[in-house]
Amino acid sequence: MLAYIARRLLATIPVMVMVAVVVFAILRLTPGDPAAIIAGDDATAEQLEKIRQSMGLDMPIHLQLLQWISRLLQGDLGVSLLSGTPVLSMIGDRMGPSLALALGTIVVTVIIAIPLGVVAAWKRGKLLDRTIMTLSVLGFSVPVFVVGYLLIYYLSIQLGLFPVQGYRPLSEGFWPFAQRLVLPVLALSGVYVALIARITRSSIIEVMGEDFIRTARAKGATERIVLLRHALRNAAVPILTVIGIGIASLISGVVVTESVFNLPGLGRLVVEAVLARDYPVIQGLILLFSFVYILINLLVDVLYPVFDPRIRY
Amino acid sequence: MQDNHLPALEIDNLAVQVVGDRAGRHVLENISFNLSPGETLCVVGESGSGKSVTSLAVMGLLPPDALRPSRGRILVEGEDILTASPSRLRELRATRVAMIFQEPMTALNPVEKVGEQIDEVLRIHSRLGRAERRAKILAMLELVHMPDAERIYDSYPHELSGGQRQRVVISMALILEPAILIADEPTTALDVTTQKQILSLIRELQMKHNTAVLFITHDFGVVAEIADRIVVMNRGKVVEVGTRNDILARPREPYTRMLVSSVPSLVPKPRGTLRTDIVLDVKALSKTYAGKRLFGRRRSIPAAQDVNLAVRRGEIVGIVGESGSGKTTVARCVVRLQDPTSGAVLVHGEDIAKASRSQLRPMRRRVQIVFQDPYRSLNPRIKVGESIIEGLVNFGRSRDEALSKARNLLDLVGLNQDAMHRYPHQFSGGQRQRICIARALALEPDILVADEAVSALDVSVQAQVLELLDEIRQRVGVGVLFITHDLRVAAQICDTIVVMQKGRIVEAGPAAEILIAPRQDYTRALIDAAPGRDWDFQNFRPLRSSVR
Repeated sequence: MLAYIARRLLATIPVMVMVAVVVFAILRLTPGDPAAIIAGDDATAEQLEKIRQSMGLDMPIHLQLLQWISRLLQGDLGVSLLSGTPVLSMIGDRMGPSLALALGTIVVTVIIAIPLGVVAAWKRGKLLDRTIMTLSVLGFSVPVFVVGYLLIYYLSIQLGLFPVQGYRPLSEGFWPFAQRLVLPVLALSGVYVALIARITRSSIIEVMGEDFIRTARAKGATERIVLLRHALRNAAVPILTVIGIGIASLISGVVVTESVFNLPGLGRLVVEAVLARDYPVIQGLILLFSFVYILINLLVDVLYPVFDPRIRY
Repeated sequence: MQDNHLPALEIDNLAVQVVGDRAGRHVLENISFNLSPGETLCVVGESGSGKSVTSLAVMGLLPPDALRPSRGRILVEGEDILTASPSRLRELRATRVAMIFQEPMTALNPVEKVGEQIDEVLRIHSRLGRAERRAKILAMLELVHMPDAERIYDSYPHELSGGQRQRVVISMALILEPAILIADEPTTALDVTTQKQILSLIRELQMKHNTAVLFITHDFGVVAEIADRIVVMNRGKVVEVGTRNDILARPREPYTRMLVSSVPSLVPKPRGTLRTDIVLDVKALSKTYAGKRLFGRRRSIPAAQDVNLAVRRGEIVGIVGESGSGKTTVARCVVRLQDPTSGAVLVHGEDIAKASRSQLRPMRRRVQIVFQDPYRSLNPRIKVGESIIEGLVNFGRSRDEALSKARNLLDLVGLNQDAMHRYPHQFSGGQRQRICIARALALEPDILVADEAVSALDVSVQAQVLELLDEIRQRVGVGVLFITHDLRVAAQICDTIVVMQKGRIVEAGPAAEILIAPRQDYTRALIDAAPGRDWDFQNFRPLRSSVR
């Protein structure tokens, strides 16, 4: 098992190198000049050239790449072209809200979606099942920002239950922190609740057709035991897979949600950096996201044997 | 048998209906029989006879959205379970009526330790403490002759063999000493030697607790071994009820006669003299599966080792063995669905074992295969006629020519020509297997490989397909390599029998010699384990003095 994890971590290195090269190349190939943005509209050609030199943008591209990668290997993601702050510390500063939003969303999703899916599978074909499935279609189809603004309008502006926007770190107390997270988490969870409720339902329905379910009933087990003890645990592997994919795709949702609710997280940082062509920041963020993506996949794979003893590494 | 007793189970005029069917179609009608404590009652019938529905009805486990009992009573020790509440039904299950199933591979929850699965029965139905329950389970595992009960307790189903899993299922069913045990084809998926052990285990536990056993099976061999009385079912109705000897030796109903006389016995049929030209010559064939691993050691599993056999024109050579014996591997290598690791497969002197892809193609038509499951070996979306001519067209025949040939082939396998324009799902299992045979014969192969080709069929259909194969062999002169796990089937059709075990040939020779005077212990063990070997079913008489 440990050997397996070590092997998988080693295998991330070539992936990360490829990501780094591709990110670097794509950024240099897209139009737009960060020096021009910094210098402003009235800068002369000489001023522009000076700024370029100071930023290292006048070097040949392959040298820029080599320089960047060699720094990367020393743990240095470079400094922002705009503010001059180290990228690593920028990411560190913005990590909090995004992490809180993502974790909150995962927890809320799992807590709501799995029971919904189990109930829908249990009441298969009945009104309750059809209601849950219809709502899940809605959850799929309505974009995050629409849900976000609707929640803000009704719950914050009309009813005044939650602050409209903003973020307070946990260090300023749990309630202010949580109060400002409720709406973003709800808005972002919608899609994932829909997705995971559906997959839970269909996985359970599939398992309910298996012979060992009949065995459980022949033992005199109640439907509750049959569903929760026998069916759900056997349905866990596909559910876990989809949760893993969901978390990975959460990143794009975070970008939108943070903009809607004005959370100073990584998602907003992405938008700001892209608009300003702040290459080192964009590169750092994409590398970070890729790494997180790989880690989540690894985590999901490592969790499989917990739910299914037939899977071994 | 204690006939003065209240019957353990009494089924009285039971009818089961399809839910939501206005026509009120019944899958069971007028089912009546009873079962005494200590008695073994075998319910026998072919697929679709309603024997499994009957057993599920007794457990109260009919799928509520599909089937519904519409009339009659099912009395378990005098209590009608059709009127019992769901919670009362749950109480009765495992305590008064327990069930064991056909597929020990799938009947256990794959993600839970087997000890805990047995424990669940005790947790549901008793108030015993943890330590007491564990002790009781370990005792039960020892009762079903499991070595090292502690280790078994903590094992997952996939870590156990088929026989061990069935023992676990039996432990689960009998731990609370129910009055009735329903066994639904409990040994059908097992090898014969394992089957014999499980049957004697059920017998032993039955004697110990005076359990009434309702044994559902399609296998008259098993029936001849264990039944006190027999219920014969067909199309949802009881055809005949009687003692074992009544039914097997003096059947009254024509259906029962037909069914009993279709059962293959171990008595080899007299075979004609063989032509001498060898069409298939397998020399020193070996196949090793290599497990690939990035790091760590490589595992290699020899599936077939040093296999030598020959098939002559018009000869049927049977490869017999239990699961894991390598018989299917040999079949697949002969057809080159798998590449042999070493050795030669000579068809008319040409080696197909080492032929390259392009060399192989023209050779393909010489060797054709019929698979076990006729439900899955025909493409469901292609008309039967198209399936049959596909090979011919691939090898350059004109469409018209191929179609007329296909019609002739359907004649040969005993199907109507309008079968050409129908889809596979419109045919029964036996008819589909005939189609598969027609398809295989379309290319006029020298060798027909039949891989468990009759194993999925009911006995009456099985007998017909065996007859068909034999007839075709005589008319067309094709050599047949017949793979089977069932010595009784091999006895009916094979000229020569090759016995395999663990990838090696144990013994080979003329069928009569192998079956009557086997030289190897393993062959003898297989023959001894074959159920019903003491009955000559075709002639309705016991072979030895075994009548109880």
